This record gives sequence, C-alpha cells and structure tokens, in this order.
Amino acid sequence: MSLIPLFVVVPLGAAFLTPIFSKVWKGFPDWMGNLASGFLMGLSLWVLRFSGDTLVYYAGGWEPMDGIPVGIAMVLDGLTVMMLLIVNVVGFLVTIYSIKYMTHYTDKGKYYTLFLLMMAGLNGVLLAGDMFNLFVFLEITAIASYALVAFGVEAEELEASFKYQVLGGAASAIILLGIAIFYQLTGTLNMADASRVLVDVGGSPAVLFVGTLFLVGFSLKAALMPFHAWLPDAHPSAPAPISAMLSGVVIKVLGVYVLIRIFFNVFGTALLPPVLTIFLVLGTLSMVVGGFLALGQKDFKRLLAYSSISQIGYVMFALGLGTPLGILGGLFHLMNHAAFKSLLFLNAGAVVYNTDNRDMEKMGGLSQRMPVTGTTSLIGSLSISGIPPLGGFWSKLIIVLAAVESGHYILAGVAILASIVTLAYYLKVQKLVFFGGLKKVYEGLKEVPVFMCFSMIVLAILSLGLGVLLIPQLRGVVLDPAVKVVAGGIEYAKMVLGG
Amino acid sequence: MIAFVLAIILFLVGLYGILVKRNLIKIVIGLMIMEYAINLFFALVGYREGGTAPIVSEGLGDKILFVDPLPQALVLTAIVIGLGTTALLVSFAVRIYEKYDTLDVRKIRKLRG
Repeated sequence: MSLIPLFVVVPLGAAFLTPIFSKVWKGFPDWMGNLASGFLMGLSLWVLRFSGDTLVYYAGGWEPMDGIPVGIAMVLDGLTVMMLLIVNVVGFLVTIYSIKYMTHYTDKGKYYTLFLLMMAGLNGVLLAGDMFNLFVFLEITAIASYALVAFGVEAEELEASFKYQVLGGAASAIILLGIAIFYQLTGTLNMADASRVLVDVGGSPAVLFVGTLFLVGFSLKAALMPFHAWLPDAHPSAPAPISAMLSGVVIKVLGVYVLIRIFFNVFGTALLPPVLTIFLVLGTLSMVVGGFLALGQKDFKRLLAYSSISQIGYVMFALGLGTPLGILGGLFHLMNHAAFKSLLFLNAGAVVYNTDNRDMEKMGGLSQRMPVTGTTSLIGSLSISGIPPLGGFWSKLIIVLAAVESGHYILAGVAILASIVTLAYYLKVQKLVFFGGLKKVYEGLKEVPVFMCFSMIVLAILSLGLGVLLIPQLRGVVLDPAVKVVAGGIEYAKMVLGG
Repeated sequence: MIAFVLAIILFLVGLYGILVKRNLIKIVIGLMIMEYAINLFFALVGYREGGTAPIVSEGLGDKILFVDPLPQALVLTAIVIGLGTTALLVSFAVRIYEKYDTLDVRKIRKLRG
C-alpha cells in the first residue's frame, strides 16, 4: 500500500522546509510542525483499519523474486499499527504543547526541524522491514534526540547529552556489529527472509553471539537496569516536551519494540527461552531498583525519569513471561505508560514554565494556583500507581495475573510491591508539589497557557480511560492484532512474504 | 581469518578508549576507532577470495566470482552516519570546554549520580 512511506516522507519533508522558511516567516515552524504531526496522527488513526492485516510496501517497486526479497521493504502489521498510534498521538500533543512552552528558548525553527527528524526516525524504525534500514532510522532518531536533549545549551544539559551520546554511540556500534554478523550468518538483511533462514541454522554459537550483541545494544537504548546510567541525566535535562517524547515514546520504540521484533519475530523459538529469562531478570531488576531510586529523588523530572526505568521494567517483565496474557499485559502497559508518563513530564514542564524550579522541596500548594496542571497530574499519578479504575490499574492487573498464571508467584508479589513503591513516590510528588500550603513566592502564579492545558487534558483523559481498550470490540482493533503478531513468533515471515 | 581477528582487536582498542580515557576528545576518538573497526569488519564480510569488483560488463563469463556489493553499500552509509555523530560529539566537546574550562570527565560533574 502506497500510503505507508508517508509516515517517513511527511516529517522528513517538513523537517527540510522548516529551516528554509522560518527565516522568512516567524510563525512558519509552529504551523509546519503542528500540521505535519497532526497529519501523522490522522494517518496513524486511519491505518487502524489495517491492523489485522500485514501490508508490505516495496520501495521503488522492487518486488521479491522467487519469494526472496531484493529491495527495501516497509512492513505494517498489528504491532506496528499499535506503536505508530502511540508515537504519533503523543507526538501531536507534544507539538501542540511546544507552541507556548518553546517560546522560553531561542530558536523554534531548529527545534521543530530536530523534532520532525526524530518523528521520521521513529516511524521509520517501526516500519522498517530490514535490519539495516532499522539501523539507519534508529541513528536518525538518536542523533536528533542527542541534539534535543542539549537544546538549552546550559552546562548540565551539554554534560547529560554528551553522556547520552557516548553510551548511545557505543550501543549503535554494538548493534552494527551485530548486523554485520547477522548478515554473514543469514546472507540477507530482510527480517522476514532472515527468520526463514534462521529456522535451519538453529541455536548455533554464532546465533547466540548475535543475539547477545542485539540484547546489549537495544537494552542500552531501552535503559534497562544495568544499562540505565544515561537516562536519569538525559531525560530531565531536555526541554519538557522532549522529555515527554523521550520517556513516553523513544525508549519504547528504539528499545522495547525492536527487542520484541527481533527476538520474537526474527530469531523465534531457537533463542526465545533464554532471552525470555533475561527479559524477566532485567525487567524485575529495573522495576524494583528503578522504583526505589525514584523514591529518593528531590528533582521533579529526575524522579519521573527513574520512574520510567521502573515502568519499562514492568513491560519487559510481562513480555518475559512469554504467555499471550503476559504479552497483552506488557503491550497494554507500554501504551498506558506512553499516556501517563508523557502527561507527567508535561505537568513537570508546566511547573517549570511557571516557577523556573525543579526542586520539589521548594514548591507546595501549586494546585491552588494551577488547577488544570494539579488535577491532570493527580490523574496521571493515580493511573501510573495502578489505582482502579484508571488505565494503569488494568495493565498492572493483567501483568500480575499473567505472572500468577504462568507460575511465577514470587515475581507476581514483587510486581505488586513495586506498584506500592510507585504509589509511594507519586504521593510524595503530589504532597510536595501540588498539595499543602502555598509558598509566598508563588502567590502570583497563573495557570499555564491554553495550548499547554489542552495537551495535558487530552493526555489525562487518555490515562483515565485507556482501560476501555480491553472491551472486546476495541481490543480487536488495537491490542489483539499486536498480541497476535508477537505471540505468533516466526509466523511473521509467512505473513510478510506469503506462502 | 586473521583480518577478522585484527578488526576485533581494533574494536577492543576503541572500547578501551571509551572505558578508560578521561579526556572527552580521547573518548570521541575511542568511539571512532570502534566504529571504523566495525566498518572494516562489515566490508570484510562481503569479501570473496579471488573475487572481482561487482560490475556486470560484457566479456565476462558466467562463472566470474564477484565480491558481495551489499556490505560495501551499507558501510558507505554507516560511514556517513559516523561522520554525523562525530561532528555532533566534537561540537559538544567544544561547548563543554567553553562552559567548564576543562575536558577532564572527572571535573565535569554538575549532575548528580
């Protein structure tokens, strides 16, 4: 279907036009950025109708010869549709928020250029049907986000971004080495074709080595626990809308999505049992340690960053269970997390916008002066802590049920414990920032501008009501096709190449 | 075979640079060495003993052995990406030097943990 490349072409084109016309007309970056991301959101909603199918687009019309793909393929299946929805909806709300928020910074033209490049990269990673294009789009996303993290060019931001770049660069290098050996091993880069070849190769030492390289590389991108060092610096240092994108979307696409795609759909059964165990271990570790580290933070955004590590741990833990119920819980939590973590980062941004302060102990009583920010952040906090009937409760419930169902009783207990820790640190946020007595300095505060409120309200509604996705009719549109793709494993090759 | 081993040794040299060196510029150089090692490795993957350049032209028989052109194309792309990342890293090192007056990572610690 020829609409698939639009997901990459539109943001790339917009990123090209923005710096050219921003010199001529000051308002151009805002319009271009919002139009492009609005269009992408519409497109991602429109492709929901194809969520049950697998659509393949061959660039330049290079169709497969004798069932062997020769050109660049872009693949759109259930998992991709779900992830595209997350990326583009959050992306659109973030650009709306940026209209006012980014007036704090100097150059909006450069901001939107980098932002749109990041969007192009993210959509490209999701649609890439072969390993090398995945790598190229991953690098586009990564380079754009390195620059965006340091957008304020203050000392701390530069330091955080440099750290992020060195670790990200090392991860990319490891991934590229993996791809080189992967190509040597299978003689192809197309994921579906490679998956067919790998069935014959089995679990040879070379396959194990490639698997390890990919696991390390993409875990670094996903900031799972032993590889998390860059995240608590990089995510808080970025401007708030970018923090929302990084935590809400980027670590999921570059880390979790690619791990799922490679280990479930490409390597398949040969490598899956040990990898699932590793997912379980890393997931549990991130969930618990990330949670406890978040508990001790004073900086609002830094707390949220540690919380991201913890919640991504939940997702990996659920995927590591390997059962269809676990996969459903993991993907649903991934979706929920995109909603409430973007919301909370935007809330933190609203607080910073008004008070120019991130230290929670110097705040207090802000919801008296900023009711929208206060209420939406309360909804986000309750949802992420798993209070019924908000969205986050359902995904955590499914994850715990899946753990019990597959016989991991202790780990189910750990997941519940981590959820209580989550509640503890979000209550701390609410108590220190939004409730209590108002400080003298903040008497004159006003609510943030309407565009920023709009994004926060929409995300609050999403984190409030995402539970409705579990209603069978809606489940069949978004979640079930995605779960089917992941649980189907190497059926992926058949779906893409036919036969 | 020996070429592959050398590429891996080069990779490890780069990794050593990233892990041990304290100077920002040396860390960048380490990252570059690592990237070049992988590019070299990737190009070697496509090499065939006694193969010729993969250009189809008249006068060549059917049984001519070509080297694999795909890794060469990919390495070219990877080099361009590497150029981008290096430029960004070095420009950041310059900005950090302006802010901190040092390139020593031990002294660049305004962020906690």
